[in-house]
Parts: sequence; structure tokens; C-alpha cells
Amino acid sequence: MLFLALETSCDETAAAVFTDEPRILSNVVASQNELHARFHGVVPEIAARAHLRNLLPVIDEAIRQAGVQLSDIVCVAVHNCPGLVGALLIGVSAAKMLSVALEIPLVAVNHLASHIYACRLAAERDIFPCVGLVVSGGHTALFHCEDALTMKLLGGTRDDAAGEAFDKVASILGLGFPGGPALEREAVAGNPQAYKFPRSFVNEPRLEFSFSGLKTAVLYTIHGQNVARSQTPPSGQNRSDLAASFQQAVVDVLAAKCKLAIQQTGLKRLAVGGGVIANKALRSALEAMAQREGAELFIPPMNLCTDNAAMAALAVEKWRRGEFATLELDAEPNFL
Amino acid sequence: MTANFDLENLAATEAFGRRLGDLLFPNAVIALNGPLGAGKTHLSRAIAEGLGIANPVAVTSPTFTLIHEYPARLSIFHFDAYRLSGPDAFLDLGVNEYYEAGGVCLIEWADRVEAALPADRLTIRLEVVGENARRMNLIAVGERYLMLLQNLGPGV
Repeated sequence: MLFLALETSCDETAAAVFTDEPRILSNVVASQNELHARFHGVVPEIAARAHLRNLLPVIDEAIRQAGVQLSDIVCVAVHNCPGLVGALLIGVSAAKMLSVALEIPLVAVNHLASHIYACRLAAERDIFPCVGLVVSGGHTALFHCEDALTMKLLGGTRDDAAGEAFDKVASILGLGFPGGPALEREAVAGNPQAYKFPRSFVNEPRLEFSFSGLKTAVLYTIHGQNVARSQTPPSGQNRSDLAASFQQAVVDVLAAKCKLAIQQTGLKRLAVGGGVIANKALRSALEAMAQREGAELFIPPMNLCTDNAAMAALAVEKWRRGEFATLELDAEPNFL
Repeated sequence: MTANFDLENLAATEAFGRRLGDLLFPNAVIALNGPLGAGKTHLSRAIAEGLGIANPVAVTSPTFTLIHEYPARLSIFHFDAYRLSGPDAFLDLGVNEYYEAGGVCLIEWADRVEAALPADRLTIRLEVVGENARRMNLIAVGERYLMLLQNLGPGV
């Protein structure tokens, strides 16, 4: 049985074909990353118009790579929340259109639940119940995942997401774009103990994050009381030390809060999704923490961590339960 | 018309934001400018509190997600233009519809998309004058915003 899924919640236009096992047959993302880099970290066009232009070719490509026909598809799935309403609507409208034209059921899935489900997809076995962490440019949140479709928010960021902090601190340090990889490269030669940056809430029992103060701390370390910020960005060893110390602070907080979530829920599994998990220091820290806690750590391959449509294979679970969406389906900007 | 407010610490900034939020009216547009770490998101949360948001913790940075919506006395539309290339990309988000939706638009990094902003608005520039001290430079254009500035009381 073949499923087609669409993703248009933020920057990426994506489509995927998978079976009801679920097994991925194709996973196509119209990445705009090259454009982002060319425009020096600024997104040239992320609006609905780009999705509109990309979506049909991306669907065609997903069908072609899967080696199937559109008429073989038995169910169409779409991420309808959370995200940018105008962007989500492109995917939702296209999915409705396909549902009507092909006379197949429509299933709506939550983008964040899909990020956790990517771990289940990659593991090819049950991973629930588990603690879920989604850590990306737009999100930093911990979930108690009872099963694939039942998740409760344990806590999220109070201000900036971790990926956003990486991007903005990379900009403060005068590094390139995308900021995450650039900062990680810079941190390799740095001393993570050189600067003592704040680790917000790290000694508190709440499962919340705050990275805005950390960003500001990096700023003040560089510019001091020079509020005009006329100082040129740091360079050489000092810049590497700043990058390494910043990265260590983010990693320490994420690992500490995951550990706390494992302890508070008593769940011995941690499933991680989102682009920030590409960071090697974060991976190592989570691996070490999970080992100490006797917990199992699930991290999917990167093409399932960053925004994609294959992770919407979560739709198979809804399809099995007969939880179909009607043509009244709307885009929802907020989580749940 | 312009006014300056010198806010010596975080508590003063939060009180200022709450007072401003309390005075906002349907279709109000607030442009927020200032460097990284100036506290635009923090001020947005205080304004949302003044608008009676039930869950102020929900107010987070929209840098990546571009638009957040929060229910309150008036619906709050929280934008961030940091990642946008310019006014056209901002218009592509459908902002013109949000301006007229009966809620309140808070726009971080508004100076990057100035040509896409309505002429009538309140522009707040956050200046960092100390580690926690901020100076708010307010510019009101349009009758409703001049009234708003008057109701906000004397600056410095």
C-alpha cells in the first residue's frame, strides 16, 4: 500500500512516498540552502509562492524516484501544523486536491510529532513510549511521547530556539551561513572552558530552555560596556574559544534537560529530531548521558532530521486507526 | 511625534511593555527595531502581557518560524523580519491581511522591511545603554498612534 506525503510548514518544500510498513521509497526536498548561502544568510523567498512553484515538481520527483504511478497511491498525508499558515496552506490545499482527484483518504499530521516519528522510521522497530526532543532553528522542545500519536509537551524554549542561537551567535562572531555548521567548524580549534557562559535553568527542576541570555552574554563578552558595538568581530584563537564555549553551554543545557526528562518521566528512551542534532558535540554529549542513565538514544540519519516529508509516515498510524481528515482541514500555526 | 523612555532595568522595561499593551487598539502596528540582544522578544512578551495573553510563556522568538499568533484581548500577530531579504518577502507572507485582521501586529527587525509597513504605526527603537538598561525611542505616525503616545504619559 502506497502513501504520498507533503511538507510545506516553513522553508522547505518536500514530498515523499512510503509504504504502510512503513518503508520509505522516496524522500525529496527542494532545498533552498544554496540560495540561503548565496544571499549571506538571508532567505530570499520563503513565502507561499516558493512552495507553490516547487510543490508539483517535487511531488512528480517523489513519485518518479519511488518508481510508482500517482494512481497507485492509496492515501495522501500532509503536515498541517505547526508552522506558517500561508506556507502550510499550500501543502494542505494540494493534499485536498489529490484526495479529491484520486478519491483517496486524507490524513493530517503534526510536524513535531513527525520529527519524533522519524526515529521510529529509522529504527524500524517500536520506540514508544519515549522522551522526545525536537531541536531546530524554530523549535526546542521536550515531549512525553506515550505512543506515536499521543504526545504531551514537557517544556520548550522561553525565547530563542537552540538553532536560532547558533545562527545569531555565528553572525555575532562574523562567521558564515548556515551559522550552525560554521560555528561548529570554528569551535573545533577552541577551548570550551575558555569562557564561562550562562546555562539557563540548568539547576532548576523545570524542563524549559532559554538561549537569549546566552546570546547576550556572548555579545557582552566581545563588546564589554562598549554599547555602540563598534568593536570588530573577534578573530583567531579568541574566536574559536568563544565558539567552543558557546557551543558547550548549549550542549550542556540540552543534555541536562534531556537527562532530567528521562529521570522525571522514568522513560528509558530518548528520541531526537531537528537539524541541530547534526552538531557532533551535542550527539556525543547525548550519547554519554544516555549511557550513564541506562537509556536508549535514537537519532535518525540527517535527511530524516531536517524538515522532510518522509517522517510524515506517522500518517500510517492514523490511517490504521481510521483517523482521516475531511476537506474542511485547515492549517494551524500553533502546536496541537 | 517622538518620545524617549529611559528604562533602567528589566523590571522597568517589562512594566513599560505591559502599559503599552494595555493601551493598544484593533489593527495596531508596532515596529520594533534594535540590535541583537536588545530585548525585542522580551518587550514583545511584556506587550502581550499588557494585552492579557493567558500564557505569556508562549511568546518566543519568531526568527525562524516568521509569524506567531497568540490569543489575547486582541489577537497578537508576532512577526520577525530578521531572515527576510526585504519588503517583498514580507509582503509575500500576506502581512497586509494581518494588518487589517483586527488584532495587534508586533514586528521585530521592522527596519529590514520598512517599505512593507503601514505609514500609520508606532515605531520603537531599543537602544542598549547598559547591561540591563534600555532607552526606548518612540515615533508615532497617524492620529491613533499620536493619541497612544499621549496616553502612554510623559517620556524623558
